[in-house]
Amino acid sequence: MTPAPPLPRWADVFVLPLINLMVALLVCGLIVLALGENPFVAIVVMIKGAFIYPGSLGYTLYYTTNFIFTGLAVAVASHAMMFNIGGEGQAYIGGLGAGLVALWLAPVAPLVLVIPVAILAAALFGAVWGLIPGYLQAYRGSHIVITTIMFNFIASAIMVWLLAGTMMQPGQQSPHTAQFAVSGQMPKLHDLLNALSFNVAASPLNLSFLLALAALLGFWILIWKTRIGYEIRAVGQNPKAAHYAGINVPLVIVFSLAVSGACAGLMATNEILGVQHRVVLNFTSGYGFAGIAIALMGRNHPIGIFFASLLFGALYQGGAELDFEFQSITREIVLLIQGMIVLFSGALAYMFSAPLARLLARLQVRPKPVEGEA
Amino acid sequence: MQRDQTSPAPAIELINICKSFGQVKANRDVSLRVEAGSIHGIVGENGAGKSTLMNILYGLYQADSGEMHVCGQQVSLRSSADAISLGIGMVHQHFMLVSNMTVLENVMLGSEGGPLLRTGKRETLNTLQQLADDYGMEVDADAVIADLPVGIRQRIEIIKAIKGGARILILDEPTGVLTPGEADKLFEVLKALQRNGVTVLLITHKLDEIMAITDAVSVMRHGEIVGHRRTADTSPAELARLMVGRDVLLSVDRGSAHPGEVLLDVSELACTSSRGRQVLSDISFDVRSGEIFGIAGVSGNGQTELLEVIAGMRKFDAGSVTLLGETITTSAPKTPAQIRDMRIAHIPEDRHQFGLILSFDAKGNAILGYHRSADYGSGYFLDEDAVATHCNKLMSEHDVRPGNPSLLARNFSGGNQQKLVIARETDTDPKILIVGQPTRGVDVGAIEFIHKQLLALRDAGCAILLVSAELDEIIGLSDRIMVMNGGRHMGILKSADAVRDRLGTMMAGISEAATP
Repeated sequence: MTPAPPLPRWADVFVLPLINLMVALLVCGLIVLALGENPFVAIVVMIKGAFIYPGSLGYTLYYTTNFIFTGLAVAVASHAMMFNIGGEGQAYIGGLGAGLVALWLAPVAPLVLVIPVAILAAALFGAVWGLIPGYLQAYRGSHIVITTIMFNFIASAIMVWLLAGTMMQPGQQSPHTAQFAVSGQMPKLHDLLNALSFNVAASPLNLSFLLALAALLGFWILIWKTRIGYEIRAVGQNPKAAHYAGINVPLVIVFSLAVSGACAGLMATNEILGVQHRVVLNFTSGYGFAGIAIALMGRNHPIGIFFASLLFGALYQGGAELDFEFQSITREIVLLIQGMIVLFSGALAYMFSAPLARLLARLQVRPKPVEGEA
Repeated sequence: MQRDQTSPAPAIELINICKSFGQVKANRDVSLRVEAGSIHGIVGENGAGKSTLMNILYGLYQADSGEMHVCGQQVSLRSSADAISLGIGMVHQHFMLVSNMTVLENVMLGSEGGPLLRTGKRETLNTLQQLADDYGMEVDADAVIADLPVGIRQRIEIIKAIKGGARILILDEPTGVLTPGEADKLFEVLKALQRNGVTVLLITHKLDEIMAITDAVSVMRHGEIVGHRRTADTSPAELARLMVGRDVLLSVDRGSAHPGEVLLDVSELACTSSRGRQVLSDISFDVRSGEIFGIAGVSGNGQTELLEVIAGMRKFDAGSVTLLGETITTSAPKTPAQIRDMRIAHIPEDRHQFGLILSFDAKGNAILGYHRSADYGSGYFLDEDAVATHCNKLMSEHDVRPGNPSLLARNFSGGNQQKLVIARETDTDPKILIVGQPTRGVDVGAIEFIHKQLLALRDAGCAILLVSAELDEIIGLSDRIMVMNGGRHMGILKSADAVRDRLGTMMAGISEAATP
């Protein structure tokens, strides 16, 4: 059979993810139908729940923030052709860094000092947790996929040990730290906006969202505008040519994993500094893994990552609304629906690539307004 | 000769074959008639559409329009299995052998004869014996592929193709990896096949091979057939003109060299591969400014490793390399970046693996290795305008086409890719230039251009170390020639003494007194 012609960029970036999403929604619709509910009503409920009800947009963007950070973590490493599955552990350890700073510094220092230092600590701790597997891959040949997975378990064990031991709030039986003093709490966006006399419903959305947007911009500059970004891409696309060009390939791999870990670590600013205000068990709750699907769907590009994160954020928030609204759609079904989207957009991201390319080649279509063909 | 006794039906007849990939018309109205029992050559520059046409013949691609007749019958091939069932066999440029299996196992692959291998093995052994008797293609059935020289591996590919009863054999650039001796043996095999009635289609860009072995030749340019000739009625110069569309100098005038001081001195160099094999032993030579020092040898005899050691890309075990007076030893190594900073440029043997990042655009490749230079940005940042300007300059000075800095490297033809690499490496006005296979997979027109450039650099005082598997290239360009075999140097000849036969003997590993 003739090999499929290459997919045009616009189709790869817009049409393919849209098809994947449509197929996922179709399957989800069938599931909802099988449960005896109307899928169209369900989707309206989800959209209202994600964007329209008071405060819902704030919740959606709060989830989006987490996804942006973990998606970026996967994307940075991907540009060096490294598959970082350790976002979960890197975010967890990042939370430890942020938490230590907030616990020790917040009682004695003002917010403008504590928050930046805590953000740096989150990034630094995450970076170290990414750097170690990076080093093992680059200089010792241990496969990055294996080591990053293992480091998730190590992170988890360390955190349980700390939160149920040394760092546990005195006089408490549940495994978390004491609450941070106010100057260790990331300001909420609705508080700020209300102070500026905009009337906004309360939500967990905090300044970390702006940090996430800045991280997207920083990622774009790093990868496409700097010499080190050039080196990262060169190592990813052709390590032999990179070596020939005098690029220190192992060092670039370690660097990219450190940046990757730092991005994951920053997720803790949203979750720990912004919402929980204490380090709690399992606060990463799968965001690190979802980052893989985000990066895949977003094609390792900041704009793609933003929209993929927004979609996942909307699914999380809208899914909660589904659970609330329908008797027959339980929390587990919502998880199943989210899983479907991860499956089609992430794991099976390129399933329709070859058929779509053949179709386009046959139609000889020019770029035009995007439509889903599913 | 054979042509006189052919039946009226040609082995292959193509009528107005067209094939497009998107906007690119790879084949336009190609009509071709290959007489049964003949050896038919197809020549053309890279990107002329030869490979597309052969893939259509072998059923790997389907033509958009046109007719195809095999032995007088109209056919439509949907897969290579269809082609094989019609008796068409193909030997690819890159061998498709399982390297850790034996010859027997490789030949048996696909016809194992049931769950137990006994029958299949016996039948395959019989076939091998039969082919050895008929065509003189002797092979050791129990040898492991990895241990065999390239010429034998190719013979096994041919055996695989014809054991299924192929009557039409397509060979894609078969001699690119062979020594002159091995190539001669291949031609004997092809002649023997021809005597037994097999039709051979030979795709090549080497005109001397066409002249030596074919009965007829078709020339392709820009996806079209621009001429059919009986080999007896044509000349290499005419074929080259047809291929390129203008007159081509097949060999450039070298002029005389004016060697100056020694810029590159290699002394008693030894190196083992990552698998522990000794790939270089006791190599010593020097290269002076204003001379081209050629290294002849069959691919895989240590030349690749030698270039990599000098470029700082490979660790070595013993000896030293002195570059511009600075001595590099095992205890005082230098990185590729440090060596490049000394204005030592390196055109690697394999541009796809080393010289270029195919998924980057031309701009990105134009600064590969020089991306830390202050010319292309300040501080941590790259200046895209400066990079694009530089790329445009390289492209116009070295006639890289199309001159589009944003085009991905993979979308350039082989010759233009190579010109881009050479442009990048020579633009810094290097003091030493290390060149591997400068014209591999490059079309005739570009070869002329590249050779002229190397000579111009030499005349400007650059010390050039040239490695090439093309003996004619080595002889045509080098002022002194060292022959390598099995990681050792077999002697150094002055260009005046470098006769083809003498070099060929040395390449085969028969030493003679070194006269440096």
